Amino acid sequence: MITPYFVIIPLFAAFLIPLVSRRRDIWAALLSLAAVASLLVLSGYAFFGLSGETLVYRMSAWKLPIGINLVLDALSSFMLMMVSLIALTSLVYSFKYIRHLGADWRYYSLFMVLVAGMNGVLVTGDLFNLFVFMEIALLAALALVAYGGRAHEFEASFKYAVMASISASLILLAIAVVYGATSSLGLATIAQSLGQKSPLIVLWVGGLFMAGFGLKSAAMPFHAWLPDAHSSAPAPISAMLSGVLIKTLGVYVLIRLFYNVMGAPPLFLQVFLVLGAVSIILGNILAVGQWDFKRLLAYSSIGQIGYILLAMGLDSTLGMAGAVYHMINHAVFKSLLFYNAGALETALGTRDLREMGNVSKLLPVTSQTSMIASLSISGIPPFNGFFSKLVIIIAAVQAGQPVFALAAVVGSLFTMAAFMKVQRYGLRGGRPVENLVGKIDGGMKTAMLILAALCLVTSLLIVPGIKEATIDPVVKVIMAKTQYALVVLGK
Amino acid sequence: MTLYVLCFVLFLVGLYGIMTKRDLVKIILSSGIMGYACNLMLVLFGYRRGAVYPILEKGKEAAAMVDPLPQALVLTSIVIELGVTALLAALAIRLFQKYRTYDIAKIRRLAG
Repeated sequence: MITPYFVIIPLFAAFLIPLVSRRRDIWAALLSLAAVASLLVLSGYAFFGLSGETLVYRMSAWKLPIGINLVLDALSSFMLMMVSLIALTSLVYSFKYIRHLGADWRYYSLFMVLVAGMNGVLVTGDLFNLFVFMEIALLAALALVAYGGRAHEFEASFKYAVMASISASLILLAIAVVYGATSSLGLATIAQSLGQKSPLIVLWVGGLFMAGFGLKSAAMPFHAWLPDAHSSAPAPISAMLSGVLIKTLGVYVLIRLFYNVMGAPPLFLQVFLVLGAVSIILGNILAVGQWDFKRLLAYSSIGQIGYILLAMGLDSTLGMAGAVYHMINHAVFKSLLFYNAGALETALGTRDLREMGNVSKLLPVTSQTSMIASLSISGIPPFNGFFSKLVIIIAAVQAGQPVFALAAVVGSLFTMAAFMKVQRYGLRGGRPVENLVGKIDGGMKTAMLILAALCLVTSLLIVPGIKEATIDPVVKVIMAKTQYALVVLGK
Repeated sequence: MTLYVLCFVLFLVGLYGIMTKRDLVKIILSSGIMGYACNLMLVLFGYRRGAVYPILEKGKEAAAMVDPLPQALVLTSIVIELGVTALLAALAIRLFQKYRTYDIAKIRRLAG
């Protein structure tokens, strides 16, 4: 049974790191790299080896209505693979980068706790367990946002912490209501009994979960914390937060709860559509107005999450395929853009686009990879962003929602405007930059090149033969809705 | 029913505090109040009128018992809240060291 190892490996590494690294952080870095690499191998094996099967692990061998179980199906292993992939590049990137913030093991230890928390959320099949893992991931994320120790980082972390505690309270309240109504906490048993309860209870539970996890995924009315937190963190952490944290704690849990547990109630799908459309339009418009590179990226994350939410609200197989596909694409190109922003900050000492200039001569890797990422996120054909947005727009038209399809198209235009601004002012401006304040080392370049290559590779996921092996099993798990309960309970 | 409503009112008091107060310490306290309301709600859902504590002793008849699971959950969530509150307090202390104030209107380096 490989399921518990997704939590055991990073958690063990997190507590082993302080023991093995006294003075030098080289052991900490190597240990965390080894842990994340083994997680990547494990999740790859789980995704391709299981081929659509579901593994259920009973903790301490207690059967479901009493015990806690871990569930590893195609959706979880897909997300696990995404988390490990971004975590691996993030560690490669941070090896030298993090030294200017203080060379020590604490960063790696917290990083592994963050990975453990996220993996826990992804594999658990129990509602309260999910809450606990979510808090673990959040505490590590809060500490990492404040890692640089500057005033505005504490401020961003405080804001994030207050928002996190509001959403945690809302989620705990929802868990209390669920427990009061169904007397069980396993997702599968809840899925079986919640359908027979009165619609009022479903409304309460859904509303509280929507608000709680909506805050986590930073959909538009709940977005206020995201631009601060994601732009203040060190660059590899911004990539983790924007690339995978808001997806595992926000979008993944929303999909799991509203599709697999509550069986996609039409009212909440409508809410997804509206939240998605509002996030797409406003997130991208606000992104155009930013001059701080990382804030621009953070606002654009809100817009891109909007695409995923909108596609989730369509309740069609094609729409869900678009959502899953956009999730992995956004993880790849947004992490790459945050790496670029970190590299520019290291090399030029500024994040303000107006103070940057033409760096294509001095920083060829950064400027080329950022071009690829900008083209991907704006949806230019050979790159991955184009295909996922196209799938979402086609799905919206097919589902008879032309207004929302139009919102997606308009949002895409604003995205393109924002990233043309990045390229025009930041990296390919008229004034060439003569001297650099910092050096970009091999690790940062490697991480950027890997993700730039992935921007092209993931666009292959739309090719029919490959799509059947990668995206379709995930969509099948989601669209089976409450069949999830029968699979987990083994009936 | 009144108890549940009162519990929810307590939750809203906490939420109101977080939204309107400008003092960092008061915000931390408000988030604590929200947490208490949630814990109270969980315990209330496990309560049965006239029931005994859920331990079966020797020489005692099995009678109606309160639900022990929410109590276990509340213990866990109290520990988590302790962690979050400690982190919030630590951040507030560091913010005070940087700005010499607890007023969030004056701590405004980040716009929006």
